[in-house]
Amino acid sequence: MALLEVIKDKCKGCGLCVEACPFEAIEILDNLAVIKESCTGCGACLDSCELEALYLPKIEKKPAVDVSAYQGVWVFIEHQDSQIAHVSLELLGKGRESADKLSTHLSAVLLGDDISPIIQQLSKFDIDRIYCIEDPVLRDYRTDSYVVAASSLVRKYRPEIILAGATTTGRDFASALATELETGLTADCTELDIDPEQGLLVQTRPAFGGNIMATILCPHHRPQMATVRPKVMEMPAIVDSNDAEIIQESLSLTEDQILTKIVDFIPSIDTVNLADAQIIVSGGRGLGGTENFGLIEELAEVLGAAVGASRAAVDAGWIPYPHQVGQTGRTVRPRIYFACGISGAIQHQAGMKTSEMIIAINKDPDAPIFDIATYGIVGDLFEIVPLLSQQFKKKLGK
Amino acid sequence: MHAVVCIKQVPETTEVRFDPETNTMVREGVPGMINPFDEYAIEEALLTKERFGGKVTVLSMGPPQAAETLRKTLAMGVDQAVLVTDRAFAGADTLATSYTLAMAIRKLVPVDIVFCGRQAIDGDTGQVGPGVAHRLGISQLTSVSKVKNIDWESGRIEVERLLESGIQVIESSLPALLTVVKDINQPRLPSLLRMKRAKQAEIPTWNATDIEADPAQVGLEGSPTQVIKTFSPPKRTGGQRLSGEPGEMAKELVDKVFAAKII
Ligand SMILES: Cc1cc2nc3c(=O)[nH]c(=O)nc-3n(C[C@H](O)[C@H](O)[C@H](O)COP(=O)(O)OP(=O)(O)OC[C@H]3O[C@@H](n4cnc5c(N)ncnc54)[C@H](O)[C@@H]3O)c2cc1C
Ligand SMILES: Nc1ncnc2c1ncn2[C@@H]1O[C@H](COP(=O)(O)O)[C@@H](O)[C@H]1O
Repeated sequence: MALLEVIKDKCKGCGLCVEACPFEAIEILDNLAVIKESCTGCGACLDSCELEALYLPKIEKKPAVDVSAYQGVWVFIEHQDSQIAHVSLELLGKGRESADKLSTHLSAVLLGDDISPIIQQLSKFDIDRIYCIEDPVLRDYRTDSYVVAASSLVRKYRPEIILAGATTTGRDFASALATELETGLTADCTELDIDPEQGLLVQTRPAFGGNIMATILCPHHRPQMATVRPKVMEMPAIVDSNDAEIIQESLSLTEDQILTKIVDFIPSIDTVNLADAQIIVSGGRGLGGTENFGLIEELAEVLGAAVGASRAAVDAGWIPYPHQVGQTGRTVRPRIYFACGISGAIQHQAGMKTSEMIIAINKDPDAPIFDIATYGIVGDLFEIVPLLSQQFKKKLGK
Repeated sequence: MHAVVCIKQVPETTEVRFDPETNTMVREGVPGMINPFDEYAIEEALLTKERFGGKVTVLSMGPPQAAETLRKTLAMGVDQAVLVTDRAFAGADTLATSYTLAMAIRKLVPVDIVFCGRQAIDGDTGQVGPGVAHRLGISQLTSVSKVKNIDWESGRIEVERLLESGIQVIESSLPALLTVVKDINQPRLPSLLRMKRAKQAEIPTWNATDIEADPAQVGLEGSPTQVIKTFSPPKRTGGQRLSGEPGEMAKELVDKVFAAKII
């Protein structure tokens, strides 16, 4: 069976799909689209066909597990130094909504050592249950110990859905856990919903650097797992009820059974934490040198923002890699993104184009960054950026 | 020392443009390239070999044309490249892909260290590396920005991992699987001499039978996730361009930002 089917009566051989295919897997023969072996079934072509002549055939599969035996929505609580990752809280909101649609319960999964301060923080949210394992070997996140702990909970309590943040830790954890459970995992979702007919988790995510969106289901395996991009889901409301049922389990794992050992942690300075930043001020090749990043840092400081950079600036050695935004750096989604002296190549855009507000400052009126900027200023950044710092300072009374 | 590097052939990004008129990606006749993160994985394997001796094998699962991408890695200096290819592998999601790669790696043992890229730029999942590690029962060290030390005597490796909130130094037993980020090294260019030799090199291909794969666990059949729909994201269009003297534009912009009530 082919991964992609052509409805021969509908296809007119116009070739739009040929252009849309990232893998050169479609050709036109005798006015008909023909799918070649190199087709990966990615679906990038579907939307290009104006005649709706292409479809991905649904494969009829038998359920791998008894899906009705799995119930409840779980959110994996990521934490560090007794602080819950913001994305985990965001997921409690989405999780609540999904659990309500399914008329089931919402649970938080909390693994760690000395977890009472975290349970305290969780009590501010509308959660039905908290599954926890408290053990010294779980003090810091490590793949092997966390996966052993989480999979034991899953096998015992059988949730139908598990959500985790699409952070470095969340992705590391979810990938290994899904493999252990031999179930499906959708990475970096930006939308989640429950399909009203089958009650399946409808997972939507960007692919190909954000150029297409794909909607994905996991119909026959349980749990259905997804990692979710930080800052796309709304924070849940704070409640004062504090009546989540706490279910404690234990772990029979000793330190010497664990393959890894954390040696040290060097926290980054605030200006590097692009993932959590509400505002990012980024500089590119237009800055012309490392010394000029001072301008960017100054504006960032006024705004309490993180400092980002294009790859060109990083490769030139003007600023370290952790600041790089884009396809080979970080994907960010701040409320405001300032692009100063950045042309806006597709690889850069792939990492920042979902920012809420984009402000571009560039002396070239034809720079592609202006195609996506909410506000654009055509001008010399050496003149504009200090003026902005000044103006913001004044307004903020600094 | 035997290092295995998993690489993926991805559509050439510099050539892929998005056409806002037709809502499609426009490609200009290029066969694809090595996933950018995987070049760093190859380089790290080569550096490891230069330090400790041994050999480097590159592995890719993909359609027959992925052989060309593998050829480039031979020109970079890897010792051996294997293409894992079979019609039955088509349509694999990350679970099926990691199964297939793990089965292929089993054929290459002894293996001391596996390198992957942090993520592939087409699927952007970052799930395959951890999946392979888990199936092989070895530890996974993701988002590695530096290999600090490898001690073969004690069979330990120490690396730095780049997290959002800082750098974690972590130690693990070997064998281990590392997924690497761009900061880890500077990939070398293929050498001319090697390029010539690579042209003639034979790239072994392994199919499902060769790697003793269970047909139920590969390709579409072995993939729990199903893509049911794709669509173009809401188009982001350029907004407003400010005009006037620099001072006026700066003031107007600041007013607009405050009006949006973000600050
Ligand atoms: C596989 C691959 C992966 C990549 N990954 C990334 C990635 O993750 N992130 C990334 O950013 N790039 C990435 N790139 C590189 C990308 O293609 C661009 O080359 C890069 O983003 C360009 O950086 P830039 O905009 O700073 O430089 P340029 O494109 O050189 O743009 C500099 C801009 O500054 C403007 N300028 C100059 N002087 C001034 C001034 N005084 N005032 C105002 N404006 C001025 C110019 O008009 C110009 O538009 C990748 C490329 C490849 C091939
Ligand atoms: N088909 C494949 N063949 C070989 N390696 C792969 C393949 N797919 C993914 N990988 C490896 O897994 C990494 C992460 O890919 P992904 O999980 O698809 O983002 C890549 O950087 C590669 O190292």
